[in-house]
This record gives sequence, C-alpha cells and structure tokens, in this order.
Amino acid sequence: MSVIVFTVILLLGSYFAGLLGSMTGLGGGFIIIPLLTLLLKVDIHYAIGASLVSVIATSSGSAAAYVKEGITNIRLGMFLEIATTAGAFTGALLAIYVPTHAIAIIFGLILIFSAVMSLRNKVEQVANKETFLSKKLRLSSNYPVNDEVVSYNVTNIAGGFFMMVFAGIISGLLGVGSGALKVVAMDGIMRIPFKVSTTTSNFMIGVTAAASAVVYLQRGYIHPGIAMPVMIGVLLGAVSGSKILVQATSSKWLRWVFAIVVTVLSIQMIYNGIKGNI
Amino acid sequence: MESKETYNSPIRLEADQQKAKSGSLKDKDMQAIIGWILRGGVFVSMILVFIGGVFFVYRHGYSVPDYKTFKGIPIFIHSFSGILNGVITFKGQAIIQLGIILLIATPVIRVAFSAIGFLLEKDYLYTFITLIVLLIIIASMISGHAG
Repeated sequence: MSVIVFTVILLLGSYFAGLLGSMTGLGGGFIIIPLLTLLLKVDIHYAIGASLVSVIATSSGSAAAYVKEGITNIRLGMFLEIATTAGAFTGALLAIYVPTHAIAIIFGLILIFSAVMSLRNKVEQVANKETFLSKKLRLSSNYPVNDEVVSYNVTNIAGGFFMMVFAGIISGLLGVGSGALKVVAMDGIMRIPFKVSTTTSNFMIGVTAAASAVVYLQRGYIHPGIAMPVMIGVLLGAVSGSKILVQATSSKWLRWVFAIVVTVLSIQMIYNGIKGNI
Repeated sequence: MESKETYNSPIRLEADQQKAKSGSLKDKDMQAIIGWILRGGVFVSMILVFIGGVFFVYRHGYSVPDYKTFKGIPIFIHSFSGILNGVITFKGQAIIQLGIILLIATPVIRVAFSAIGFLLEKDYLYTFITLIVLLIIIASMISGHAG
C-alpha cells in the first residue's frame, strides 16, 4: 500500500472515529487501534503511539472550552492527576514487557467494559456530607447551571484515587484516554455530578496521555507517517461531533450502534490476540 | 453605590457572592489562561502536522512503507536537533514530529502554568500537588530516555 492510499484511508477512518468518539463520549482511540491493527495490519506499538497523540489533541481541544465555562473542578483534576500520571508512567513501562498479543486481549476486554458502561442508565447520586479529606484538599466546589450555582461535595477520595491509578495504567498500556474508567471513579465512587465528572475527566486525559507519550516518543512508537493522518482526522471528526451533539439530543440509537460496533471490534481484537496474529 | 447594585438580578448577585467566597474570582483568570494555552497549543501543532503532512505525501506519496513490523522511526528524527535540522530543510516527517512534540508539551505547559497560578494565589498545598504531577512527567521522560 502506497503512502497516499494509506494516508487517505487513515484520514477517513480517523475522521469517523473522532466523530463517533466525541458523540458517544468514549473517545476516538477505541476505533483507531482496531482500524490500524486489524484492517491496515500496522504493528500495535505504532497504533498505540498514534492513538495517544490523537487523545491529547481531542482532550486538550475540548477541555479548553469546558474550562472557560467554569464546570471543570481544576483542584480535583490536579489532585487526581497525581494518580493518573503515576499510572500512565507505569503503563508505558509495562507496554515494553507485556507481549503484544496480551495487549490486544486486554484492549478487547476494556473495550467491552466501556461499551457496557456507555449503555447503562446512570443515576446521579450526589454526596451531601463533606468528608475530612475533601475539606483538607478543598475539593468541594460548585458549577453553573443556567443562571444558578449548584454546590456539591466529594466523598470516598481514597477509593477514587486508586481507581484513577488503574485508569492511568490502562491509558499508558493501551494508548487510550480511558475516559470510561475515569468516569467510574468520579461518578460511581466519588459521587460527583455528571457534568463535572465528564468535563474534569476530559481535563485530565491530556496530561495522563502526555505522561506516557513522552516514553513512547523516545522509544520510536510515535511514527510521523501514521500519527499525522490519525491526529488530523480524529481532531476534525471530534470538532464535527461536538457540533452535531448540540443539534441532536436523542442519541440513544447512536449509542447502541456504537456499542455493537465496539463489541464486534473487541471480539476481533481478543480473537486475533489469542491466535497470536497481533 | 446601592442603586447600582439593584440593576443586577438577584440570582447573578448570589452567584457572584458565592464565587467571591470560594476565591474563584482569581480562579477565573487562571481558567482563562489554561483555556488559552490548550487551544493555542492544539492549533499550532495541528498546523505544523498538516504542513509536514503535505510535504511528506508530496515527496513520498508513491513509496510503500512497511509498518507491519516495529522498526522505530527514521534515524534523522531520533533526536531533537535532528528534527530541527529536518525542519529547516523542509523534511515532512521532521515537521510532523515537531508538531507532535508541541502537542505533547501542551498539557505539560498547562500543568506548569497551573503551578504558577496556585503559587500566586498563595495556595501552597496545590502548588505542591501540581509540582508532584510535573515531577512524575519529568521522571517518565527521563526513564524513556534511559531505555
């Protein structure tokens, strides 16, 4: 396959990955890696490198918008970034020693988990008591809803912190944002309002990915010929996705389509991983 | 003074008071700077990657790359000086790689600015927390270099 054909296929594929990723909130990495490894037969280390680059681009781009709106809890994000960057550092080191077919299998499992999580109907449970750690770290905050200010507390900080270490390891090992795991830590464990948890998770993804990207960059996993179309495609797709989301509110069918696509891809990844094709 | 305040809606006023209480008036400035850094970094790196991509495809469009087996990246973009050398001679892959390095640096620069912001707010606990994050990233960078 010539450079032109490879670049065009990857640009189009990445555009749709970015579009679907931003519309469903799962991120583009989950389609990029199967696209590169299964369809284009690219080595999984190159795929992880290119995917990480696109993760940084989309999360930084959208975090810029959310931070200005004042929804993101910057203190909480900063504090949890200790956990995610330490995890990402560990994950990037592990990636060197973990055999590639094992990476493919873990990828498939995390992918299925994320698809299930995206389909679940979530019930918001907001904590009303301020815990000792939350007070010490001044994590309780407020965010604007229309013209009102809604206050919230943060509970079970230790539990959330450990979940974030795990999210960081997965991000560094697989080259994805692991937004689904971050949201589990914040919604499920720390009981933060959805709007705050999704935007704060997004805020952290860029720094988390950068912590492992510095390792991948120096080990030659980030190849310009592959990262270039992936980054441009995913970023443009994500921008289109964020515009569509404003217009269409009923995205339930879209989440189903995405979940099915993702499940098929993850079974493919696991199958090829077990057979040793990846 | 009082007549001026009556023009504000009560909800807005309450919101402003609450913001002032939690000290987020200064936070607002920091949020603006952080937003600006992230947007600017992504924008500039995207342009570099695009320009590099045009050069790369124009020159190597018909060659057939082998990405099936992992072989690292071309030698001329192994070091930062090599990349800069490639950029001034308009080598596509070097320009792309410079854009990617800038993109990876963007969130790291954001963290560094947050540290300065917290320091200016005299929030020493969060200055410390932010510096730990920065140290972890630097440690990661050094470990990658060593291996």
